[in-house]
Amino acid sequence: MSRLWLFEETINTDVLAPGFYMKSPLAKLSQHCLEAVRPEFASKVKKGDVLLAGDNMGVGSSREQAAEVLKFLGISCIIAKSFAGIFYRNAINLGLPAFLLPKDSQLPKEFVDGSSVVFDFENSILFLEGSGIHINLEPLPTFLQELINDGGLVPHLEKRFDEK
Amino acid sequence: MITLAQKIIANACNRSKVEQGEVVVCSVDLAMIHDSGGPRRVKPILEKLNRKVWNNEKVVVVTDHYVPIESEETRAIQELTKKWVLDQDIQNFYDQQGICHVVVPEKGHLKPGMFCVGGDSHSPTGGAFGAYMFGIGATEMAGVLATGEIWLKVPKTIFIKWKGKLNNLVTAKDMMLATCRKIGMGGGEYQAIQYIGEAIYDLSIQDRMTLSNMAAELGAQTGLIAPDDKTIDYIKNSGGTVPENWKSFRLDEPTSDTSINEFDASTLSPQIAAPHSPENSENANEFANTVFDVAYIGACTGAKYVDLAAAASVLKGRKIASGISLKVAPASLKDEKQALEDGILKILQDAGAEFLPNSCGICAGYGKDRLAEGQVCLSSTARNFQGRMGAPTSEVYLASPYTVAASAVVGKMTDPRELMVN
Repeated sequence: MSRLWLFEETINTDVLAPGFYMKSPLAKLSQHCLEAVRPEFASKVKKGDVLLAGDNMGVGSSREQAAEVLKFLGISCIIAKSFAGIFYRNAINLGLPAFLLPKDSQLPKEFVDGSSVVFDFENSILFLEGSGIHINLEPLPTFLQELINDGGLVPHLEKRFDEK
Repeated sequence: MITLAQKIIANACNRSKVEQGEVVVCSVDLAMIHDSGGPRRVKPILEKLNRKVWNNEKVVVVTDHYVPIESEETRAIQELTKKWVLDQDIQNFYDQQGICHVVVPEKGHLKPGMFCVGGDSHSPTGGAFGAYMFGIGATEMAGVLATGEIWLKVPKTIFIKWKGKLNNLVTAKDMMLATCRKIGMGGGEYQAIQYIGEAIYDLSIQDRMTLSNMAAELGAQTGLIAPDDKTIDYIKNSGGTVPENWKSFRLDEPTSDTSINEFDASTLSPQIAAPHSPENSENANEFANTVFDVAYIGACTGAKYVDLAAAASVLKGRKIASGISLKVAPASLKDEKQALEDGILKILQDAGAEFLPNSCGICAGYGKDRLAEGQVCLSSTARNFQGRMGAPTSEVYLASPYTVAASAVVGKMTDPRELMVN
């Protein structure tokens, strides 16, 4: 079962990976992920959970740890109304799926913070568990799908160098 | 007709022309990394890929985040950085000489027409030199270092046009905070912003850098300014060689697929942005009498030579109010030396300023001077997100160096023109 973590507000990289802990190992940095806005997040989040955010998700720094802590904590997919460019690239490069809500569409009101959800990567659909309620996300361009299927940029490059 | 962004990208992917929305793979002319997102992060990835940097002459390394060394953790990061630079035989290494976005151009590395990446979100600063420069994360940087290439979706250009002339005590930072309010932090749509208009070309290069730098705060990929004689003079004075074809990058005419946001510099007042976003800006007098604890002149955005000079012009012969601490972290060693020679540091010191190292420091929430619980700071930096500069309960207001300095004298936030008429 995946829990939906719903954020209405804009989430920036300083609340995802606070500067003061940036010198620390990922495990420690992760404990402070989102503590400024949702103190219980780091201790409650479980493997497979889905994070759904508002506009300009991941705005701010280029620090890759902002996406990496979410992956480390078990988030399986990030969905947002819109993404900050660097954060979006970072998430994909780390093999963490990042999907856009379709333009001008409303999230069905049944999706609330704490909902049980099922995420279908192949078809880019988020389902509300045990119901037919779902939302179709913007499909990823093919080359980004491949990057994620390879596990991110590093395994993707390993494959490319091996082929040479 | 093509835009400056399209021309640079077409060159970088070895094509005569590129269309907006196309995905292309570009060759990178320069990759800049720093001690936080750089060697400590890319080294294990390059080892995994069994690759060295693709071209050691095109990589620039700057230490600016974990400066000064103040713990075993930060010492280990700096030692790793130095060792990696040696192992990779990288000559362009600037150790503790200031913040990367200021140091790289002052060493003459950036030129019109270059296609560059930086391992830091404020990398669009390079746009002030007519270079297409943008920030990327560490894994993507490792990919660039291994291959010399990066993919890009050809952006549309969003023009930010400032007509007219700025009034006295109003500067680039005020233009930027007003722009953030008008178009919002997502308004750049991860496209290319290009600043045009009389008020832009009237600015010094370092002031232009403030605008390009904060293209990051607009959510743009880069923040270009077409090169002119000032750009070329700056590059020559920095020891850089100017490309013969630089005038071919002097492109600033709107095309059919661009959009324009127009502003009037002549009616702009000093701005202050309230916590926790640069888009929360208003005319400074709307915040008159708001109290604060720390006045900070720092960071790549707000403590270059021109910023120190601006603060000094207000602080000359004045003292900061009791209860306020004024902290100044010059953005680079070179700018600090110049300010020392010109008597600017003396003015700041006599006014009561405390000096901090040439590093990212408080702006990024690093080091012992980071803001404490509940502290309120008026800062010349770029970004005032909750908790960024210290404790989650600290609050940061953003303003120009003029406004920060004048407010430090008054003891409350003020429009600097209020102080300077007296």
